[in-house]
Amino acid sequence: MNVRWPVVRTAVATVAALFIGGPVFAQHSYTRSEIENGAHLYLGSCATCHGARGDMVRGVALMSGRFQRASTDEELVKIIISGIAGTAMPPNNYTDLEAGMIVAYLRGTAAGDSVTVTAGDSARGKMLFDGKGKCATCHSETSRTAPPLSDIGMLRRPLELEQSILDPSATLNTNYRFARAVTKTGTVVTGRLLNQSTFSVQMLDSAEKLRAFDRSSLREFTVVKTSPMPSSRGTLDTQEVADIVTYLTTLRGQR
Amino acid sequence: MTRRLLAVSCSAALLGICAAGGALHAQISSDRIVRASAEPDNWLTYSGDVYSRRHSPLTQITPANVKNLELQWVFQAQSLEKFEATPLAVDGVLYTVQPPNDIVALDGTTGRIFWTYSYKPSQQARPCCGRVNRGVAILGDRLFMGTIDGHLLAVDTKSGRPLWNVAVAGARAEAGYAITVAPQIVKDKLIIGPAGGDFGVRGFIAAFDPANGQELWRFNTVPGPGEAGHESWASDSWQHGGAAVWVTGSYDPELNLIYWGTGNPGPDFNGDKRGGDNLYSDSVVALDPDTGKLKWHFQFTPHDEFDYDSTQVPVLADIEWKGRPRKVMLWANRNGFWYVLDRATGEFLSGKPFAKVTWTESLDPRGRPMNVVKPTLEGTVVFPHLGGATNWYSPSYSPRTGLFYVSAWINTSATFSRRPAEYVEGRAFLGAFPTAADIGINGVPINRRLPEEGTGAIVALDPKTGEKRWEFSMTDITDAGVLTTASDLLFSGGREGFFYALDARTGAMLWKAPVGGIVQAAPMSYAIGNRQYVAIAAGNSLYGYALKQ
Repeated sequence: MNVRWPVVRTAVATVAALFIGGPVFAQHSYTRSEIENGAHLYLGSCATCHGARGDMVRGVALMSGRFQRASTDEELVKIIISGIAGTAMPPNNYTDLEAGMIVAYLRGTAAGDSVTVTAGDSARGKMLFDGKGKCATCHSETSRTAPPLSDIGMLRRPLELEQSILDPSATLNTNYRFARAVTKTGTVVTGRLLNQSTFSVQMLDSAEKLRAFDRSSLREFTVVKTSPMPSSRGTLDTQEVADIVTYLTTLRGQR
Repeated sequence: MTRRLLAVSCSAALLGICAAGGALHAQISSDRIVRASAEPDNWLTYSGDVYSRRHSPLTQITPANVKNLELQWVFQAQSLEKFEATPLAVDGVLYTVQPPNDIVALDGTTGRIFWTYSYKPSQQARPCCGRVNRGVAILGDRLFMGTIDGHLLAVDTKSGRPLWNVAVAGARAEAGYAITVAPQIVKDKLIIGPAGGDFGVRGFIAAFDPANGQELWRFNTVPGPGEAGHESWASDSWQHGGAAVWVTGSYDPELNLIYWGTGNPGPDFNGDKRGGDNLYSDSVVALDPDTGKLKWHFQFTPHDEFDYDSTQVPVLADIEWKGRPRKVMLWANRNGFWYVLDRATGEFLSGKPFAKVTWTESLDPRGRPMNVVKPTLEGTVVFPHLGGATNWYSPSYSPRTGLFYVSAWINTSATFSRRPAEYVEGRAFLGAFPTAADIGINGVPINRRLPEEGTGAIVALDPKTGEKRWEFSMTDITDAGVLTTASDLLFSGGREGFFYALDARTGAMLWKAPVGGIVQAAPMSYAIGNRQYVAIAAGNSLYGYALKQ
């Protein structure tokens, strides 16, 4: 949250521009104060269930700009105020204006912001993504061990993207943690951690085979605390990082 | 246990009211509820008895044979809401609540449905944390249930026919009042209170007439002008002070006291405008059940800014304390300390952390926290997590082992930020919701967290010594309650999707069964026809286990 607030405050300038023309985006622009007030209302109420990043309810990603039951701002406002009958989404005592501010915050977050230090070029960014940056080596649409990035522009803001490129281990995606298991016969298995309990672990191993182990069959099991993704510090300059970030912000495909 | 069933059937026959082919059992009196341990086949209250020990006297299932437990039946709820209810077991019939507010009567041997009473709560209902219900109460031939839209109702035990339904006065659904707790029966009264502490309600505990739902007394957990404790609220902050209730209390018939835990003050995460201790939030209150008058209180977390509700089950135990018998209350609190209190007077006897605690430096000799952390605008990391080191999960006390068993979150934390909060009716009244590791309930047993981000455990605590005797660790945190039996078994579950049995003396795992969904209810045990069952709700189903025959 302490990271989110400064970003929100600077987001507004570009939000309106990003919204124009896109069918999944809002029909109008938002002011800075609307988004700030929306953030305040969201974090003081909606975040209780949805979480600060809007992704704590299964199957719902509020910051993505895509909603299962609504496409227009008006529909979203109605849901916020009336709730969804038969579900855990309760009615809320907001005015249309206040609910609209929450929508503004959600839309604004989905649209990202423009606070990267250096202006980037999307076309150059794509070339770097596919080439020198070697990002596409792992972040392909078919990858099973790295998150696909086809909609990352809706899920993360530029500052977060920049941090992930320069310092991948700073904020790990918990869905893409890796683990190392050593069986009692000495076999070493590394791969993506899919699930774990007190009694067993489930992994996608380095050969991309789904594996499950009883913990009692393992001599050692360690969850890797750092990202397998290398930092781009020293391999990409500031401008190149900005180019890639700008390219990533344009990725707004289907989830 | 067979003897008791036969005795009941025969006495019914003598009265000439025994139905052909089946026994018509005596009604459930409040005396039977007080003496619940004398009829171990049944499970007559939320926690099994009025002392809330969640300890079954049944002994057919033992540490030696528990490996032969097998699934006997499954009841699949027609609901995707969280299933938190503990069923009652009454002469072979189970009564539970399919969330949000459907009462279901099941055959305890097959899980087959006898009847369902379906209540449709108002669309204005806004429970903070899911459309949940934790169970019903029984008295006579009536079942009682609170609803998430602030109603209290009664239905017939044999048919589910509705008998009465009252809107609990003042508990308006649109203002955030929601009843999720199983009612308490004490003598001729039905006692219950509303949740809603995250919406700035003004909490209360009230008694009702089981005959018609008429309110008999009310104790305001946030005292108003002229009431003792009102001075602990700055200005008019008491009006939206919270201190709601949402876990069933306990009853000591000898002392004629009921004990209920209360929830957080409002707003949850910013106490700037509610200066003072904010009584009786985060407290246990001891009330006279006849009048609702306060006898004593103990506040665990004065002026709370971390959402450390004291809505835990008050566990009443009779133990030897420093060489002499003492009637105590055992209380593992959301704030990370576990307490031993004298339940006749409320005197603080001991308080020790059972998980990592940083919100306070320590407790003073009277149990009051010292040097409490004040969260900053930028955010302050505090242990435990706002979800607590434990929460509403039912603990257990075994008189045989003398141990107090608690479902615990070990070493969890959250970042609390001081933000303003404005009260608007029907809206969450929180401040800024804290940030933390991915620890919310996502409904499925998936866990990829690191151990240092928090783990779950069953801890066995010794009230006499204050020591932790053993700890059963789980990779994931747990919302499951604990059951112990007189054969020294302990049953529980967790978010990993298992139901399991431990040796209550050592913590050794003896048996486990996959149940597919996370366990966020508490187990109970009952017997029918000389066969002991253990039941647990997990995911969206209720499971019944017994030994292979």
